[in-house]
Amino acid sequence: MEDFGALMHGFSVVLSWHNMGLMFVGILLGIVVGVLPGLGGPNGVAILLPLTFGMSPTSAIILLSCIYWGALFGGAITSVLFNIPGEAWSVATTFDGYPMAQQGQAGEALTLAFTGSFLGAISGVLLITFLAPLVASFALEFGPPEFFAVFFLTFCSFIGMGKEAKAKIVAAMGVGLLLAAVGMDTISGELRMTFGSGELLRGFDFLVVVIGLFGISEILMTIEEGLAFKGKKARIDLKVVLKTWAGLPRYWMTMLRSSAIGCWMGVTPGGAVAASFMGYGLAKKFSRRGDHFGKGEAEGVLAPETAAHAAGTSALLPMLALGIPGSATAAVLLGGLMIWGLQPGPLLFTEQKDFVWGLIASMYMGNLAGLIIVLSTVPLFAAILRIPFSIVAPMILMVCAIGAFTVNGSSSDIWMMLIFGVVGYVFKKLDYPLAPMVLALVLGDRMEDAFRQSMLGSNGNIAVFWHNGLSGTIVTLALVLLFWPVIGAVLGKLRGQKDKLVADAA
Amino acid sequence: MSDASSHLDETTGGQEERGVSRRSVEWAVAALLFALAAIVIWDNQRIGAGWDDTGPQAGYFPMRIGIAVLVSALCVAWHVLRHPSKELFATWSQLKGVAQVLVPLTIYVALIGVLGIYVASALFIAAFMRYAGGYAWWKGIATGAITNLVLFVVFEIQFKVPLPKGPLEAWLGY
Repeated sequence: MEDFGALMHGFSVVLSWHNMGLMFVGILLGIVVGVLPGLGGPNGVAILLPLTFGMSPTSAIILLSCIYWGALFGGAITSVLFNIPGEAWSVATTFDGYPMAQQGQAGEALTLAFTGSFLGAISGVLLITFLAPLVASFALEFGPPEFFAVFFLTFCSFIGMGKEAKAKIVAAMGVGLLLAAVGMDTISGELRMTFGSGELLRGFDFLVVVIGLFGISEILMTIEEGLAFKGKKARIDLKVVLKTWAGLPRYWMTMLRSSAIGCWMGVTPGGAVAASFMGYGLAKKFSRRGDHFGKGEAEGVLAPETAAHAAGTSALLPMLALGIPGSATAAVLLGGLMIWGLQPGPLLFTEQKDFVWGLIASMYMGNLAGLIIVLSTVPLFAAILRIPFSIVAPMILMVCAIGAFTVNGSSSDIWMMLIFGVVGYVFKKLDYPLAPMVLALVLGDRMEDAFRQSMLGSNGNIAVFWHNGLSGTIVTLALVLLFWPVIGAVLGKLRGQKDKLVADAA
Repeated sequence: MSDASSHLDETTGGQEERGVSRRSVEWAVAALLFALAAIVIWDNQRIGAGWDDTGPQAGYFPMRIGIAVLVSALCVAWHVLRHPSKELFATWSQLKGVAQVLVPLTIYVALIGVLGIYVASALFIAAFMRYAGGYAWWKGIATGAITNLVLFVVFEIQFKVPLPKGPLEAWLGY
């Protein structure tokens, strides 16, 4: 009940005029960011982060997390109306969303998508509200080996659950960890991998890398695909909304299932992308109208959106409670915490109550406000996509350049952004995953510190990671996840043999 | 990259669209990752990647990561070798499109150092609209100028975040 009081206090923090205004601005900006190609959740937040340095951390996180919600909502607009997924997790939304729009049901499809997003997000926030304080108080007992174990679990689950080739995931992650290690070593003070260059002394700023990897590369991808924005028109009025909502209770099972999948995938960093596809796949499997999926089925819009947003929201749980982000955007927000002078991790819940509960309260308010704003402003944002690309593209590139510069006030960072833009383009085309790379870049230093401290404590004995039940379990779980593809294959083979035996016997 | 260039002289006359093969780019990236990992391993070896009385040395962790990257680069190369495919990385016309953004962008970034970000951005927008969109010059220049005036007000005056400025701003007294 103590937490309930804290949450109510959080609401009182959020409900000031100043913070409500920021919330509104954040959501509008977020929708723009989600709608425009080349600006997505992670780099939208990265670009605007420097503007928040002067704000109080609570106001800053409200603004930035609302950009995140806005971007999540905005992604659905492009998927449904233009058949262009604004974010990777909206891909599954296009399967049924665009056919619905083609059949003149754009308003219904968008209402379904937004409502699904909202319900998914709320289930994620509920999870955070009740679970995060518990996880955090549990994590207060953590020592370096436990922290290393959790980092290790994060990375292993990326490798084990990722759909890309395993070698490419390891390579992308390794590059991220190496980039994090460039510069002054925090423990020994030695210079690492700077090769005598003054520029490299500072190391690589992950914000600049994010702007290049996600922003510039996205523009290059869009150009390459030939930019045919042929969109459907959409009008949403109250009648359509209410009619669609009246039909929703039929799908309660789908919504519940998708929320559960999303929450699970968000907390274990399986990610929103995997969650949305799983949500879609399972809804198709269990629906009586499964054959109609892909031709404009309402359930096919609802399921992936609910799952994606539940995942996107619950990705903030490990970020808040453990200091380990579950998604690329959460990683950028985490970087923000450090810049504002907050130490991410379990101590946040005891030392920065205002901040944490303000953030959680703003998640409820932000998503509610987001739903209302997005339902009432769709035509406006669809119009943005009709601005010719030759005007929008240079402006997006300019915003990226400004964003890269303002991180450290350094012109060489703009060059860095350009280089990472090309890297991102090539990596995307060759299916090297970018999210684990960014995560590795953000977490690299802390993972290394945890590793070295545990090693110091044990005099180099690797067995320290099994010194108690907790870290032992986590490390073992991580190893299982890491080798899951191999284990799964072996199990599958065994089962196949068993089936064969049974068949032979019969 | 040799098979990339071999496509060059076949671009005319072919029925299907030509381009850079995915295979060659896969090779190139794997080779780059391999080289990067080799440099990393060498550099961390130099500063000490072992163990001394104070615990793991500075290069201990990065070197092991370097080895992981090295191994995975080899795996990627092995996979490409084992699975030959005719898939394209991108067609020449796609790459031309990419170059049409990348080249002006590089010039723009170079100009930021000389002219400051506001003037460079205004020129960039104007030129992009003129050459990629076919707009009249005055439209491009007007759009660029107005956008950057707004930016100037937001950043320099509202938020007091200084952006790189050049001779024009100096002449105006900023």
